[in-house]
Amino acid sequence: MSNNPALEVENLTKKIKGKQIIKGVSFTLFPGEVFGFLGPNGAGKTTTIRMIVGLISPTSGTIKIGGKNVRTQFTEAMKHLGCIVENPELYPYLTGWENLEHFAKMDPSIPMTRLQEVVDLVGMHNRIHDRVSTYSLGMRQRLGIAQALLGKPKVLILDEPTNGLDPAGIREMREFIRQLARDENLSVLVSSHLLSEIQLMCDRVAIISKGAVIRTDSVEKLLAEQERVIWKAEPIDRAKELLLEETEVQEGIDGTLITLYNEPLLPQWNEKLVLAGVKVKEMRTQLPSLEDLFLEVTGGETID
Amino acid sequence: MINLVRNEMLKLLRKKRLYVIVLIIAFLVPLFTYAQFKTIQEQREKLGAQDWRTALQQEITDTQNRLSSSRLQDEWRKYLKIRLSQQQYYLENDIDPRAPGAPTFMRVFVENSIDLLLPLLVMVIVADLVSSEASGGTIKLLLTRPVKRWRILLSKYLAMLLSVSFIVLSVAVLSYLISGVVFGYGGWNMPLLTGFAVSGDELLTENVHIVPQWQYILMEFGLVWYVCVIVGTLTFMLSVLLRSTAAVMGIMLAALIAGAILVNMVSSWESAKYFFMVNLNLTNYVSGMATPIEGMSLGFSMAVLAVWGIAGFIIAFVTFSKRDIY
Repeated sequence: MSNNPALEVENLTKKIKGKQIIKGVSFTLFPGEVFGFLGPNGAGKTTTIRMIVGLISPTSGTIKIGGKNVRTQFTEAMKHLGCIVENPELYPYLTGWENLEHFAKMDPSIPMTRLQEVVDLVGMHNRIHDRVSTYSLGMRQRLGIAQALLGKPKVLILDEPTNGLDPAGIREMREFIRQLARDENLSVLVSSHLLSEIQLMCDRVAIISKGAVIRTDSVEKLLAEQERVIWKAEPIDRAKELLLEETEVQEGIDGTLITLYNEPLLPQWNEKLVLAGVKVKEMRTQLPSLEDLFLEVTGGETID
Repeated sequence: MINLVRNEMLKLLRKKRLYVIVLIIAFLVPLFTYAQFKTIQEQREKLGAQDWRTALQQEITDTQNRLSSSRLQDEWRKYLKIRLSQQQYYLENDIDPRAPGAPTFMRVFVENSIDLLLPLLVMVIVADLVSSEASGGTIKLLLTRPVKRWRILLSKYLAMLLSVSFIVLSVAVLSYLISGVVFGYGGWNMPLLTGFAVSGDELLTENVHIVPQWQYILMEFGLVWYVCVIVGTLTFMLSVLLRSTAAVMGIMLAALIAGAILVNMVSSWESAKYFFMVNLNLTNYVSGMATPIEGMSLGFSMAVLAVWGIAGFIIAFVTFSKRDIY
């Protein structure tokens, strides 16, 4: 893995009609990693992505794809980029193959043999000569990815890639994205408002809210910080009383207690309970979902 | 660039728009042919059993009588002489001026469709050229390629020029082929008068001369093509500015129909002559019909249209390359 960043976003801002929509977003993607872009709807994910792919011009800040500035070296930068912005909207009246041909012809450096390669890569050879209007959403999504991979990009940008897919499709997509990052050494930027998805798919994640990146970190690190302990004890009221003297306690849904995970103190808490005659039946650590995490980091901003 | 234009043409063909246009023309031409045929029949019935040659001979004698009158202005005399030679040509070459061949039908058809029918057909093709990409969302994939935006728009503009040319050509070919079944395919060399000019209430005849029909038709189709390109460019601009194809069609339709209405009522509102839609009827200048507003001429109308066209072209390209796509 080389350490030249595949995508650099620096201090990106966007003002629309005097309103600051994006307030200084910065992050870097390295080859072979899947980077999550997490935020509620309206946080500025799509606007940021549209600036990266050159559909919207930023008010200030720089974007470099493979070292090329999107604003001043547009064509060079775009050669390293493949993307699906929101839905994979292809020409419904053309066949899948014609769609690919259409986009391949726009870049003379793409050899026509590449078409078959990407079709095989996304596993679409059975239906590729049918009209896109007859495709299911999952197939359109795959054709969209095939289209994005035509130019052998360094950076792949997928905006809400599992939107509207069924569970099997979501799983397939997730594995496919991981495989691309691993085998082709691609940097993949995935945006989502579905927290579970990012958790399963990404190496690193940037949490964006109200147009600003609140945190950027590896998924494990972010989660480890918020690790919890689930207690099952009897009598539960007594256990809660005792634990409350030491730390914050929440009640779980199925008669459990939840406290923060604190490695050095945990044995002491346990001892205290046992000595007080409380039967501790179960103690287990649990990684929080990104949902909890998100609420934590954004200070409880609702996901609307 | 050739690849880009090819892409655009492929999309146009797949949308079956051109096909629909050809069908419309192929449906309308027989309709008009039949109408024309009925008119001629009626005229013949009015003339009764009289042979058209006798009638023409009568007209020639009339013209000769007027020419021999001494109190005739020079200009008028010249015009009558030209008329006379035209009539004599008809007689000598056994052409019935009231029973036209396919070329005459072509000419009349195109003269009548230049200000509304053809612009409408052009509009149908061009209206969604850019707006459909915006409303279908495919513009996002189109503009994230390593191709500059103006090149993408230019490829669309060239595709527009090609399809406009195709429409004009298919009008020519279809109207000739279909009407020829009824009227016969001859008459390319029939002499026609052109060069009339109107000044005030007077018809100026000093530049009137005779040209063979094929030349006349060629001239008219050139003007028709020009009008169609300008209408195409303006529709193209609207298609860039608006996301909704229906809105593009609505605005264009309103403008064209307003033009057709204005032509009939603006004779005293002089500045209306700077609207593009009152200047569409370029073939009228060739055949020497009165202009809707005083001071209009072929050169004037062409210049007005050119200004509108160039402005539309510039607006389209500037907005397209600057615009944020949401």
